[in-house]
Amino acid sequence: MGMTIVEKIFARASGQARVAPGDLVVVDVDCAVMIDMSFHKNQRRDILKVFDPERIVIAYDHMVPAPDKDAAEAHAYGREFARRFGIARLHDVGPDQGVSHAIVADRAYALPGSVLVCSDSHTCASGAFNCAARGIGGPDLVAAITTGKTWYRVGETVRYDLSGALRPGVSAKDLFLHLAGTYGHHTNQNVEFGGPGLASLSIDARRTIAAMGAELSAEFATFECDDALVEYVTARNPAPFSPQAPDPDAAYAERRAIDLAAMTPLVALPDAVIRNSVPVAEVAGERINQAYIGSCANGTLSDLAEAARVVKGRKVAPGVRLIVTPNTQVVYTAALKAGYVETLVEAGAVVTSATCGACFGGHMGVLGPGETCITASTRNFKGRMGDPSARIFMASPATVAASAIAGHIADAGDIIGGQADGGRA
Amino acid sequence: MIAGKTWKFGDNINTDLMLPGALLLASEAEQMRAVFAANRPGWVDQVQAGDIIVGGLNYGMGSSRPAARSLRNCGIAALLAESINGLFFRNAVNFGLLAIECPGVHAAFAEGQVCEVSVADFTVRNRDTGAVLQAQPVPQTLLDMMLGGGVYPTLEKQGLIAPR
Repeated sequence: MGMTIVEKIFARASGQARVAPGDLVVVDVDCAVMIDMSFHKNQRRDILKVFDPERIVIAYDHMVPAPDKDAAEAHAYGREFARRFGIARLHDVGPDQGVSHAIVADRAYALPGSVLVCSDSHTCASGAFNCAARGIGGPDLVAAITTGKTWYRVGETVRYDLSGALRPGVSAKDLFLHLAGTYGHHTNQNVEFGGPGLASLSIDARRTIAAMGAELSAEFATFECDDALVEYVTARNPAPFSPQAPDPDAAYAERRAIDLAAMTPLVALPDAVIRNSVPVAEVAGERINQAYIGSCANGTLSDLAEAARVVKGRKVAPGVRLIVTPNTQVVYTAALKAGYVETLVEAGAVVTSATCGACFGGHMGVLGPGETCITASTRNFKGRMGDPSARIFMASPATVAASAIAGHIADAGDIIGGQADGGRA
Repeated sequence: MIAGKTWKFGDNINTDLMLPGALLLASEAEQMRAVFAANRPGWVDQVQAGDIIVGGLNYGMGSSRPAARSLRNCGIAALLAESINGLFFRNAVNFGLLAIECPGVHAAFAEGQVCEVSVADFTVRNRDTGAVLQAQPVPQTLLDMMLGGGVYPTLEKQGLIAPR
């Protein structure tokens, strides 16, 4: 019996001919990513040795620019750490700044066929790059940084065979909401995406889906490699790489066929995404205080383009805050050049610098008691973005932007079709 | 053998309920005070050292934050659940929390009943009803870390990090 994508990557990285579900493997780490939180005084340990400075990336993302003195101290500590160990790839506040998972995408540090770790749960976003990437814990990361190795329990894989193409106005986030709503959690399982529909999904769209793999509770969320990915990676990183395709006789726990053309705009109700998705129409009219677009999952250039398309020539409803956070400064710059930032700001949005920011209730958009938010980010857990009494709906950037214009949850098609009430109804 | 009074929780208990984002960088003592504050206020005042949590499916989904450490700091001796999120399981290994997947455990216990867990053969017994379940064995290397205080003691011994 053959192997799935992650099984083949593990076999290579553990020096074995074959690995299978149930195995505990110890693998060589190709890229270990540290974030600002890794250096916070309440989290860090005094690391005496690193395994290979050229396989380490540091990206400050959760608390940037530093919102308080402890964050500033952590940033300073990390700069000194990078200097001491000769780590060249330090993404500090400035033009190289961004959400770590988006940095490794923009720079293609996440190479096809490789093993990447980071102490953030959405590290699985790099699965879009045919990379065995997953979030590990803080101590795990220290172990990986110092030894160059990490361990995995190999789980079964669920294969999603994609066909067709998403219809205009339907996004990768809607596909995720469909998967989470229909199939529920994938605890201890990997998810793998491929099939003839893959080519219709942009790299940005694949990144959204892979990042949301954490919300399926999946171990790894990995995409097949295709020409579009090879082109994307080689344009950004000269390093050699070896993509891994699943064997034709790979053993899957299940194969599920997904017709992308059948997807429709969905919204996850507050507190969970597992089996909690409904059509937009079912919650349309729900008043909102804040609309947020950002994070590793939805702060890509494609996401900002979609938000700008919806709000262009319109105004954010009175009493609603629309906050947009590009996920790297590279995306921010590209959005400036494309005119998206101007369109968003003219509509009344606040466009912040790149950070995890409001997605984890950290800063720049924290919710207060009793507030209602609709978000295109990673999580809608109770209390995730601030006060536990706040309600967080989750949807695509288009649905979030449309809701900001309407003042209540709304379908983007209705807003663009001119049926918005501007929040005055 | 480990024995303790059980506290029951449902499916999809997430990390943010055990460690709210606002306290990500707070002290361990402050973090411990906030465990389940949003879904079960007052629980930290009732839980006692040696108690056991019985969870449902997909326990611990969510963030990489050290929520397992907070449970350990609350005195939790073991977590048994129908299934455990892979990242939460890693952090149980990392921070020295005994965490075991045990199909059927949620139905087998009413809250407050006493649970006995053997890490020799991974049997789980309800002392009040006598019901016995077979849990999923944890690989020995990972079990050693769970029972030995987590990853950091090993890295200290190897001279890779400085003792605290």
